[in-house]
Amino acid sequence: MSILVSSSTRVLVQGITGSFGGRHTELSLGYGTQIVAGVTPGKGGQRFENKVPIFDTVAEAVKVTGATASAIFVPPPFAADAILEAVDAAIDLVVCITEGIPVNDMVKVKRAMEGQKTRLIGPNCPGIVTPGEGRESFGGCRIGIAPGYIHKRGNVGVVSRSGTLTYEAVWQLTSRGVGQSTCVGIGGDPVNGTSHLDVIKLFNQDPDTHGIIMIGEIGGSAEEEAAEWIKKNCKKPVAGFIAGATAPPGRRMGHAGAIVSGGKGTAAAKIAAFREAGIGIAETPTVMAETLLKMM
Amino acid sequence: MNIHEFQAKQLLAQYGVAVPPGEVCTSPDQARKIAERIFASGEKTVVVKSQIHAGGRGKGTFKSGFQGGVKLCKTADEVFEKAKAMLGNVLVTKQTGPEGRLVSKLLVAGAPPIKKEFYLAVLLDRASSRPLMMASREGGVDIEEVAAKRPEAIIKETIDPAVGMMPYQARKLAGALGLTGELAVSAVKLLLGVYKTWWECDASMVEINPLCIVQSPDGKDALSAVDAKIGLDDNALFRHKNLQEMRDLAEEAPLEIEASKFNLNYIKLDGNIACLVNGAGLAMATMDIIQHYGGSPANFLDVGGGASKEQVTAAFKIILSDPNVKGILVNIFGGIMQCDTIATGIVAAVKETNLHLPVVVRLEGNNVALGKKILQESGLTLTSADSMADAAQKIVRAVKK
Repeated sequence: MSILVSSSTRVLVQGITGSFGGRHTELSLGYGTQIVAGVTPGKGGQRFENKVPIFDTVAEAVKVTGATASAIFVPPPFAADAILEAVDAAIDLVVCITEGIPVNDMVKVKRAMEGQKTRLIGPNCPGIVTPGEGRESFGGCRIGIAPGYIHKRGNVGVVSRSGTLTYEAVWQLTSRGVGQSTCVGIGGDPVNGTSHLDVIKLFNQDPDTHGIIMIGEIGGSAEEEAAEWIKKNCKKPVAGFIAGATAPPGRRMGHAGAIVSGGKGTAAAKIAAFREAGIGIAETPTVMAETLLKMM
Repeated sequence: MNIHEFQAKQLLAQYGVAVPPGEVCTSPDQARKIAERIFASGEKTVVVKSQIHAGGRGKGTFKSGFQGGVKLCKTADEVFEKAKAMLGNVLVTKQTGPEGRLVSKLLVAGAPPIKKEFYLAVLLDRASSRPLMMASREGGVDIEEVAAKRPEAIIKETIDPAVGMMPYQARKLAGALGLTGELAVSAVKLLLGVYKTWWECDASMVEINPLCIVQSPDGKDALSAVDAKIGLDDNALFRHKNLQEMRDLAEEAPLEIEASKFNLNYIKLDGNIACLVNGAGLAMATMDIIQHYGGSPANFLDVGGGASKEQVTAAFKIILSDPNVKGILVNIFGGIMQCDTIATGIVAAVKETNLHLPVVVRLEGNNVALGKKILQESGLTLTSADSMADAAQKIVRAVKK
């Protein structure tokens, strides 16, 4: 088992004909992921790489191919529309990779998604990977931009706001021969679809996830919320790392959401919340896997 | 992106928010003329305000020794003198750092007598993903201190983005601020205008501190946004041409402007170990681990997922423009990119920039062995590292030598 996606998940790609979307679709196909459709308005009827059928609308793609998950690679000005088109087509899971979406667009999207069945991951995220059983985890479900080969099928769940830090944690696990159930990058924007806590709850219920690595960073209070829940409810060992202890206040550190403002969202406060919740603290990013494995 | 106070007030005024009458100027003569017009309209006092993107202006000191970046004046001649003392001089406040900021623009505005000060702000509430209007009867002070000591003194109203701020919410806030009668009526218009400014300009924050009850020249009490600060969402600037034009490059660090031309995310810090990293989270973590091992990071630098030769070269050039830098830590998680391609790029960039500082490179990902070999055989003084911890320890040692 895994969370959210598995090797049989049927995926469509919105923005499949763009260079970024196209490149990562090829990589996902190479990883063995079931990419069953692409959507680019005006290019319906064509095929991507002579394989994947392209549709004008998400609704049509879902109807014909039975896709239940969508990866979004469209440029920022059109991303809100793309997300809501997928919601309207009743897709189960939308993973929005796009970086640079106006915050107020996401405020509107999140409001519009209230009460809908669709879950959104991202935006501004590396996506989600459930590793497969094959060589270098081939045959898994890769939605987004993470390198597939660093993964290994196994029992550790990884959730993070940062792309490369996720890869770092995953690679530390894989190098030690420890595999992952599912790895989720929730994205670095201040308004996102799925929080640390949402993913932790799913990992907690997943029988095949035996331990969790949670990677956070400065800004907001999502890590603190997750820590509080973990303290009361989580049955599994959790190791955590927070990036940004040395970040100057009031500056956005690359990610739109990574900012200490008004004395809130500091690394120190988040680390204290982790400690209070019994989460194993990785003092440096080099020991994320080691910290968890000592607890398991 | 941040904008100046006078720009913030222009925007607010466009949305019907009352601001003191005033104009921006760049010379003492212009300042005098503006002051004459304001005095002629019946105002008794005029304020001269330095326009820089930093707070604490009133209590700041110019490097010339002149005290205060905000001055109240009773005559146009006085305005001329104060403007002369401020323009072209560097103002140091608690927010500018010791280097201060050059004052090249002044806001000259009416300063009617203030009867009461409030605090007002609109921002994004990350917990609910909705806009939030915050107000307090305690204005003109450091609101973070109020929030920490007496959170009950801050009134909050969450706004449903589907319908926007409703008049009843403005009435609620006006009532909580203790406003009644005509003032309460004008407060509703003002609060709705402030919210509209936030939403329609795609602001990340609108802060009015203080929002005041002032005595107008006609003797009546009126509400006025005496100071205003607006931060804009960079991601939304593409759809606001008028706001893009408000960017003041003089307020940004030259190296950060240069970096943005190459799509590099660079923030200068005070340390001496520069870092060059792909990915924002990894870049922050790299700064942290340098400090963990006793070093001090000179910058935040995210070269993005690709880490192409052109970007790495541009990044090295920017790093080397900082005279404090004594060593460089390159930390790339190759992921999709091949490590040998990245290594070739690093070697070319080091050669092109004629780099002589110690450089520690930590590569991870596809073809890492070949990548390391390229670094070793380059004939350059590049040190390879196996992990982030190894890399941080090596560069900290190299810099301390």
